[in-house]
Amino acid sequence: MAMLKVKRLTKAFGGLVAIKDLSFELKKGEILGIIGPNGAGKTTLFNLITGYLKPDRGEIHFGGENVTGLRPHEMCKRGLARTFQITQPFANLTVLENVRIGAHNRIRSSREASREALRILEKVGLYGKREELASVLSIGHRKSLELGKALATKPEVILLDEVVGGLNSKEADDMIKRLRMLREEGTTILLIEHVMKAIMSLSDRIVVIHYGEKIAEGNPMEISKDPKVIEAYLGEEYVLAKGK
Amino acid sequence: MGGVYSLVAVGLSLIFGVMRIINFAHGSFMMLGMFTTYWLYVFLGMDPYLSLLFSIPALFLIGLLVERFVIDKVLSAPEHNQLLLTLGISMFIENFALFLWSPNYRTMDIPYTNKAFTVGLVMISFPKVIAFLFAILLTVAVYYFLKKTDLGKAIRAASEEKEGALTVGINLKRIYYVAFGIGTACVGAAGTLTAPFFYVNPHVGGIFVITAFVIVVLGGMGNFIGALVGGLIIGLAESVAAAFIPGQLKQFIIYLIFIIVLLFKPEGLFGRSSD
Amino acid sequence: MGRYFVHLATTLLFFGYLGMAWNILGGYAGQFSFGHAAFFGIGAFTSSLLQLHAGVNPWIGMFLAGIAGLMVGLFIGYLCFRYGLHGPYFALAMLALAEMLRLGAIQWMSTRYPLGINLPILGDSLLQFQFRSKVPYYYIILIMTTAVLYLTHSIESRRIGLYFKAIRENEDAAESLGVPGFKMKMIAMSISSFLTAMGGTFYAQYYLTLDEEAAFGVAVSIEVLLGPIIGGAGTVFGPLIGAGILEFLSETTRNLLGGRSGIHLMVYGAILIAVIIFLPNGILGGLKSISRRYTRKSEGIQEGYGDA
Repeated sequence: MAMLKVKRLTKAFGGLVAIKDLSFELKKGEILGIIGPNGAGKTTLFNLITGYLKPDRGEIHFGGENVTGLRPHEMCKRGLARTFQITQPFANLTVLENVRIGAHNRIRSSREASREALRILEKVGLYGKREELASVLSIGHRKSLELGKALATKPEVILLDEVVGGLNSKEADDMIKRLRMLREEGTTILLIEHVMKAIMSLSDRIVVIHYGEKIAEGNPMEISKDPKVIEAYLGEEYVLAKGK
Repeated sequence: MGGVYSLVAVGLSLIFGVMRIINFAHGSFMMLGMFTTYWLYVFLGMDPYLSLLFSIPALFLIGLLVERFVIDKVLSAPEHNQLLLTLGISMFIENFALFLWSPNYRTMDIPYTNKAFTVGLVMISFPKVIAFLFAILLTVAVYYFLKKTDLGKAIRAASEEKEGALTVGINLKRIYYVAFGIGTACVGAAGTLTAPFFYVNPHVGGIFVITAFVIVVLGGMGNFIGALVGGLIIGLAESVAAAFIPGQLKQFIIYLIFIIVLLFKPEGLFGRSSD
Repeated sequence: MGRYFVHLATTLLFFGYLGMAWNILGGYAGQFSFGHAAFFGIGAFTSSLLQLHAGVNPWIGMFLAGIAGLMVGLFIGYLCFRYGLHGPYFALAMLALAEMLRLGAIQWMSTRYPLGINLPILGDSLLQFQFRSKVPYYYIILIMTTAVLYLTHSIESRRIGLYFKAIRENEDAAESLGVPGFKMKMIAMSISSFLTAMGGTFYAQYYLTLDEEAAFGVAVSIEVLLGPIIGGAGTVFGPLIGAGILEFLSETTRNLLGGRSGIHLMVYGAILIAVIIFLPNGILGGLKSISRRYTRKSEGIQEGYGDA
């Protein structure tokens, strides 16, 4: 069952075509990875799917409904959550308040939202920092907070933009473990990542984007052998991990 | 008046372009320029245009000091705080002037500037022409400074690409001081040039500030040419309009244009988005 | 002498009230308006004109004034928020609006009310919202201020308060979490404009005279926002504390330096500069930071070392 369908999506900025005729599907319960060289348009893709940008052409279907052109908060209400590549915490609010805002997506009462938020904080390992202001967190904690906020909205599908990038080895392993648990709980995940180890080991399938176009799609094994993909990455120092 | 507006707008634009600060106090500095000229005239009998030699450096210095000691602290604060700060500065300066010099309207009665001459159907007043010429001169001077000198180029670099400028070893702090100083000097000069034919009063800054804001927004925030041309256009439009429209309505229209431009074309007519 | 203190207390509460009304849009939702005089003036004019021309009771007039302010708020809010005006651009647009209304008022009043609008003395009664002594006014504004205090507290403790703060901190991030940005801003604007307009009516009934400067002047817009900024925007008591400080300052300067025009404004300017530089979150905000730093030290919490 396809949770998310992207059909022939096209977006240009002035003369620059960021996304060109892009189509793919995200099936329920899977982890789909999006990779591609820098500037390939991955974050733009996220912005289009979540409603921050309107596509010039093409459609987006979520849960069977045509959601093209809906605003971000409407997408969130429908069960689509996202994290941002550069973390966007609510700086002057506490960690707890940050996550509570996400929890309020489904919950009206402040007390209940707090309870849910505390539960989430425990899950992402930030319980001890709950009364700290978001602005004082380290990068690792910020990424966890970013994830926590999104999770609190109780999404069906979550879009993660470089949620492993910038973490040290231990933090990265923790994050990967967390994401696996997430999938086990039934959340569908769409993942943008540069950290190859993470994306190769997590994804069921991978879509490769280059200059805004899909150049390959398949499981990690297939992708790492695909000549088109290797060519796209040639010249950059990426080592494609084979399997785990 | 267009020339004067251009001068004011250019100063404002420069400050915004380099430091991304919307300087509410711009008008107060103009008022200081006017008073400098006024007092020099009253106490020393100095010719107002000669006093440019004083008001320009004086205002430059004032601007620099204000920047260094006050504005610098909020460069990393949220934008509305910066605006509040410049508001505070303008309140302080204006009311300090009010305290020192009383709210009386003063005018400078200089014999040779009271002449006017006719060109065709239009009467042009002498001091306005001089103001225009000087203003244009100064504006062009600033333009060349920005284009040709090293410091000028550094300023332009800093305003377009802050990170890049840092990597090339440009001392950003110094740039800010100079830019703010120049911006203030511009508007101080504008004050000097206007004093001969306009009334001098602590509140006079406000009127010019709003017009300057409109020009800057119209011409594109941070866009030098836009500010220059915008000033001329507005000045021209104003003179033409003054013939047909009563004073209050003219200001009303300026505000209206301001809102409309902000809503629909924040990058101004000459491009260059502000954030 | 007693009269003087009642007047002081009344003005204090009055500015506290206006500040709290501003605070809902400015402090909580983060949309700093530099032109709240627009709503204030609309309110004052609406109730006064209705009273003068249609004999409408000032209490009803106050409610209608609120509605009028609300309409203007919805109008300008829609324009600004729909077209993404935020931060200083929104602030200046609001200022422009207030100025436009002021100029319009000058024009409109020049023939009809060259000496300003003066409300007739109808006696000393609650029904007429006019009293010879200042004391009843004090009680009225006390009730109004307490009500808004309670309202602010309600907002602060509910989801909507948190949503406002989220919009203030980072609207894009808030949207991604399901917070409807436009709707929230419109709600904040509505509440703020409605309350501010009613404040205008109070002013009209207190002084029984009105002109375009008192209604729409820049001074009004600025005085309205100074309280919250100094006391602490986005807090419940901030505006009141700020109003108190400002009142204290203005009275002190008046006593020390005589009543020369604008002295207190100069001091206000200086305080504003000082607050922005040293206490950007106002006095209450500053106190919160200090207490936060103190609790951190005393609990010995270490930053950033693994999961806690």
